[in-house]
Amino acid sequence: MNTSVNSFDPKALRADFPILDTRVHGDKLLVYLDNAATTQRPRQVVQRISDFYTQQYSNVHRGIHALSEQSTDLYEQAREAVARFIHARHPHEVVFTSGTTAAINLVAHSWGQGHIQSGDEILLTLLEHHSNIVPWQQLAERTGAVIRFVPVEQDGQLQLSQLSSLLNERTRIVSLTAASNVLGSHVPVKDIVAQAHSAGALVLLDAAQSAPHQVTDVQASGVDFLAFSGHKMLGPSGIGVLYGREELLEEMPPFLGGGSMIRSVTTDGFEPGELPEKFEAGTPPIAPAIGLTTAIEYLEDIGIEAIQDHERQLVVEAHQRLSSLEGVRILGPPIEHKGPIVNFLLDGIHPHDAAQALDQQGVAVRAGHHCAMPLHQHLGVTATLRASFYLYNTQEEVKILADAIVDTQRVFRRDG
Amino acid sequence: MRTTTIEELLEDFEFLDSWEDRYRYIIELGDELEDLDAELRVEENRVQGCVSNVWLIASFDASSPPQISFRADSDSQLVRGLVSILIMLCNDQPAPTVLALDVEDLFTRLELRNHLSRSRSNGLFSMVKRIRVLAAEGIAQADH
Repeated sequence: MNTSVNSFDPKALRADFPILDTRVHGDKLLVYLDNAATTQRPRQVVQRISDFYTQQYSNVHRGIHALSEQSTDLYEQAREAVARFIHARHPHEVVFTSGTTAAINLVAHSWGQGHIQSGDEILLTLLEHHSNIVPWQQLAERTGAVIRFVPVEQDGQLQLSQLSSLLNERTRIVSLTAASNVLGSHVPVKDIVAQAHSAGALVLLDAAQSAPHQVTDVQASGVDFLAFSGHKMLGPSGIGVLYGREELLEEMPPFLGGGSMIRSVTTDGFEPGELPEKFEAGTPPIAPAIGLTTAIEYLEDIGIEAIQDHERQLVVEAHQRLSSLEGVRILGPPIEHKGPIVNFLLDGIHPHDAAQALDQQGVAVRAGHHCAMPLHQHLGVTATLRASFYLYNTQEEVKILADAIVDTQRVFRRDG
Repeated sequence: MRTTTIEELLEDFEFLDSWEDRYRYIIELGDELEDLDAELRVEENRVQGCVSNVWLIASFDASSPPQISFRADSDSQLVRGLVSILIMLCNDQPAPTVLALDVEDLFTRLELRNHLSRSRSNGLFSMVKRIRVLAAEGIAQADH
C-alpha cells in the first residue's frame, strides 16, 4: 500500500500551499477534504498571477504596444498548455470560458441551435451534475427535444447494458461526466464514445472531476467536446475550457456577441471571427488563463499518474478506516472504479449536522445533494457526505477524518 | 413544551465551553419538540431556504391580539434544537411581540452564529422569516 511507482512526497509539497496551515475554530488545524468542489492553489500560481498583474498585464489581441503583445503571447501560451494537457490536435480547438458550466452552456446553445430539432434525443446519465443537465433541459424547452438518462446501479456505476437500447437514430448527442462528482464513479468513456458514434451521436465529456486526477486525451478517447474548470486543478477560479473538434467548432455559430469575436461589423450585421476568438467575446479571463498555465505545469512536473496513484492510496486508507467504524455507510462503487472521492452516511445523523460537527474539528467536507439531485433521488437519500482528496492530502488527514467521525457520533448519540 | 426567556438561555449557554457541549445542549433542546405527524410534514409547511427540511406550523387563540403557538420538526437534530429555541421564545406570546423579536441579536448573544455555518444561518433566518409571516397572517386574520 505504501509503494508507488512514481511517488512524490505530499508533505513536502504542502509547503507550496500555505492555506493548508490555516487553523479554524480556534486551534483546529484545517483538514481540507472538499477538493471536488474546488482545490487550493500553490504559491507558484498565486505568484504568477501577482507577477503578471504587477509586471505584464494588458488587454490581449488588440493593442499594438509592447505590453499587449506580451499579454497576448502569454494568453495564447496558456491555450497551448491546455492543448498539450488534453492532447488536442490544435490549440485553436481550445476555447477559454469561465468554467465547465459555461462551456457546456456554450455547446447547448451554439451547437444545439443548429442540430437539435423537436423529437431529437439528448442522452445524459443519472450521474450528472446539474451543470450537465439544466443547459440541456433549457435546450429541450426551446426545441422540443427529448432528454433520456442512462440509469445507474445502486453502487453508482452506469448501467452500460442500457446504453444500446437508449441510443437510436434520433440521438444527437451523449453528454456525460467522466467521473461522478458525488460518488467518484468512473465511466468507460472510450466504450461509450464508440457506441455513440456508431449510432451517429456526438459525445460531450464533462471532465471537471477527471481532468485534475487522470490523464486526459481527447484524441485517444475520441470525444467531440470536453469541458473542465481550472479551479478544480490548482488553477484560478473564473477560467474553464471547452475543447471541441475543429470541424465542429468551425461550423458552430458564435454564442455570445461582442468585441473580439468578429471579423467585421457594419450597421447591417456582423461577420464572425476565426476560431477560437469566435467564441471568446469581450475581454477574456486573461490572468486566470496565465495562472492556469502555471497550474498545468505544476501538475505536469509531478505527473498526473503519480497524483492518481497517491490519491488511490488515500481512498484505500479512507475505506479501510471508515468501514471499520460502526454506523458508517460508504456509498459508491468499489475503489478500482472511482476517483478520489469517498461518499458516506452516518447512521442517525443528518449529513448537514455531521458536516458541521466535522467542521468544528477542522475537517472540511461537503454535505448536501452536491448539485446532483437526480442521482440522490435515485439513491433514495436527500443528502450525503463527501470527502474528496487531492495531491496534498495525507494519510494522517484520513486518520483525523476517521477520528472526527467517531467524535461526531459520540456527540449525536441518542442514548446519551 | 416549555417557554423560556433570552436571559435563561444565555445563562445556560454560558457554561458550555466546547463545541461538543453546545451541540449536545442544542440537540437536547430539539428533543423537547414533539414530532410532527407525517401529514403535517408536507411541502406547504416546509420552510424554504433551509439546507435541511424544516416544517413549521402556527395556530392562534381567540384573544386580541391573538397569541401564537408554533409546532415544528426537522430531519436535522441541530435544526430541531435551533427551531426549538425560536419556539420557546415565541410560544404563547402575542403575535405583535413575536413580530418584534430581534432573533439575529439573540443568536449573536448566544454565540450560536459562530457555531452555525452560513448556509445554516440563512436557514435559521428563513425560519424566522416564516415565523414573522405566520404571525403577521395571524394579526391580519384577527383584524377581520
